[in-house]
Amino acid sequence: MGNPSLSPAGVPTSPHQGSSSHPVLWFVLRRTATGIATLFVISILIFLATNVLPGNAAEVILGRNANPTQVRALEAKLDLNRSPVSQYFTWLGGLIHGSFGRSAVAEAQHRPDSAISATLASPLGNSLVLALLTAAILIPMTLLFGLLAGIHAGRKLDHAISLPSLVTGGLPEFVMATLLIFVFFNVLDVLPPVALLDPGESALSHPDALVLPVVTLLAAAIGAGIRQVRAGMVEVLKADYVDFARLNGVDERRVLIRYALRNALAPSVQIIAQNLQYLVGGIIIVESVFAFPGIGTYLVNAVTTRDVAEVQAAAMLLAGLYIGINVVADLIVVLLVPRLRTGLT
Amino acid sequence: MTANIHERGARGLSVPRFVSNDLGGKIGLALLAVILLVAVLGPELAPNDSNAFVGIPGQGPGGSSPLGLDFLGRDVLSRVLSGGRSTLLLGGAATLLIYAVGVPIGLAAGYATSALDPLLMRTVDVFLSIPALLVMLLFVTAFGGGRGILVLAVVVVLFPGVARIVRAATSEVATTGYVDAAAARGETAPAILRREILPNIMSPLVADLGIRFGWSIILIASVNFLGLGLKPPTSDWGLMISENRDIISINPVALVAPAIVLALLIIAVNLLGDAYVRQLDRSGAQR
Repeated sequence: MGNPSLSPAGVPTSPHQGSSSHPVLWFVLRRTATGIATLFVISILIFLATNVLPGNAAEVILGRNANPTQVRALEAKLDLNRSPVSQYFTWLGGLIHGSFGRSAVAEAQHRPDSAISATLASPLGNSLVLALLTAAILIPMTLLFGLLAGIHAGRKLDHAISLPSLVTGGLPEFVMATLLIFVFFNVLDVLPPVALLDPGESALSHPDALVLPVVTLLAAAIGAGIRQVRAGMVEVLKADYVDFARLNGVDERRVLIRYALRNALAPSVQIIAQNLQYLVGGIIIVESVFAFPGIGTYLVNAVTTRDVAEVQAAAMLLAGLYIGINVVADLIVVLLVPRLRTGLT
Repeated sequence: MTANIHERGARGLSVPRFVSNDLGGKIGLALLAVILLVAVLGPELAPNDSNAFVGIPGQGPGGSSPLGLDFLGRDVLSRVLSGGRSTLLLGGAATLLIYAVGVPIGLAAGYATSALDPLLMRTVDVFLSIPALLVMLLFVTAFGGGRGILVLAVVVVLFPGVARIVRAATSEVATTGYVDAAAARGETAPAILRREILPNIMSPLVADLGIRFGWSIILIASVNFLGLGLKPPTSDWGLMISENRDIISINPVALVAPAIVLALLIIAVNLLGDAYVRQLDRSGAQR
């Protein structure tokens, strides 16, 4: 069946002209350029999606009965009275300089903190804590359980690992979270059902509140990763060089560590990247379930209040992270696995 | 899996075989049958109108309401029984449309030797390059959370995967002798795609069906859960979980019941899909 995760997107299958002297450098440049181009296309889609409604954002925020002078003042303040194309380029220019514009809702309520870059920092930090904490547990667990299941394929340990991850992996995050809340809050009463934080408070100051969000993300993500690592290990153990090593009387433990493990772990960069990419999307809903003040909750609130600039900012950040992880993973794979470089020359 | 693409016989995999030979398949089919029955007959079996206020909000299970009452005092059992139709109908409609869009694009891209292939596939790549839920949220931001929009958003999110699978299978089948023969007979490209290629790429397509259906249901339920999809007072399993969050300490059953039905539905679909894939692997291994 081959291992599809081994070849990163964009690795050319045919010889590429004009790149014979520095194939790896050429690939790095090309892959980075593709990533930036994709992000550019996504920025247009995000802008279109948030500006497509005929209704005017200023009107939506101030309410239908707002007086026309107020509406026009807010429009002028938010540059809503200019053409969409001009608005897009102003927005894109701002993004390149790290400015996400101003929140329309905050402007309408005359709040002082209407600059999105300022309100985005704290949720982003909280989300990073949640995502990195999850990743720090998820990645070693995926590799360990996947390898164990692969080595013991078809035996008890394999079933004990594969079956539960098969069930939990398929469930939507909010269903998993609800069931976890029922068990750990309603029945056992050991963990809180929400992960609320005071403004400015670090997510790490309430470790008990982080347990259920992290476990939910783990349960949702771990199945797919384990399956891939397991499949990689099973395939490697069938390879000729493993047979030869065994026939040559090499100690079984040595066969596993020296011959099998190395090759089975090669695709792990892609699996780690997929885990991280999953987290970028997964936090959106998990944060909402637990009312955790991160970037996902920020996005959902912005969609609910129709705060266009906030939706754009959060969506661009998440999309950028998602694409960035993909690009970096592809680059690391090509740099780590010399075999793939031969395809580049 | 690729070996089966060439098998005309793979098409003859009868439903009973991949279910009857497989414990997971049996459990999956039984579960799915029960949930389908609930979804179809549920509204008739419901003891109360799903939107009738019958008692104190958040009242626990007991008496005439075995699952208690929700945050507005409506019967949870009646709402669970009525909530399945929209879940299955929207998920089913989305799945059909995903294939209606993804299969032609994949066929065209896999069979075309022109500039069409890279163009179609780069477009697909863009859709695959951001998180699914983010695309859903952008759609809802743009067009609101009506039924049609939810289905459309799911199609946009999930058709690229189908297009990719079909493209890969098509380009493999396109080089076989019987396709060359058909082309030599002077058959047109659409006829070749329909009569020669499509029947021979059915196995990977069917194997993927369960995944797409499960994902359709999950994505729609997730948006409903976030309160951005179907509007109250619709009884929808996803929506029920979020609207009853405030009474979790009083009547947790109001959240847990819809969560369990939704979980069972997803597990049933996944079990059936896995059983089909296992059957494909077995019939591939026999040869």
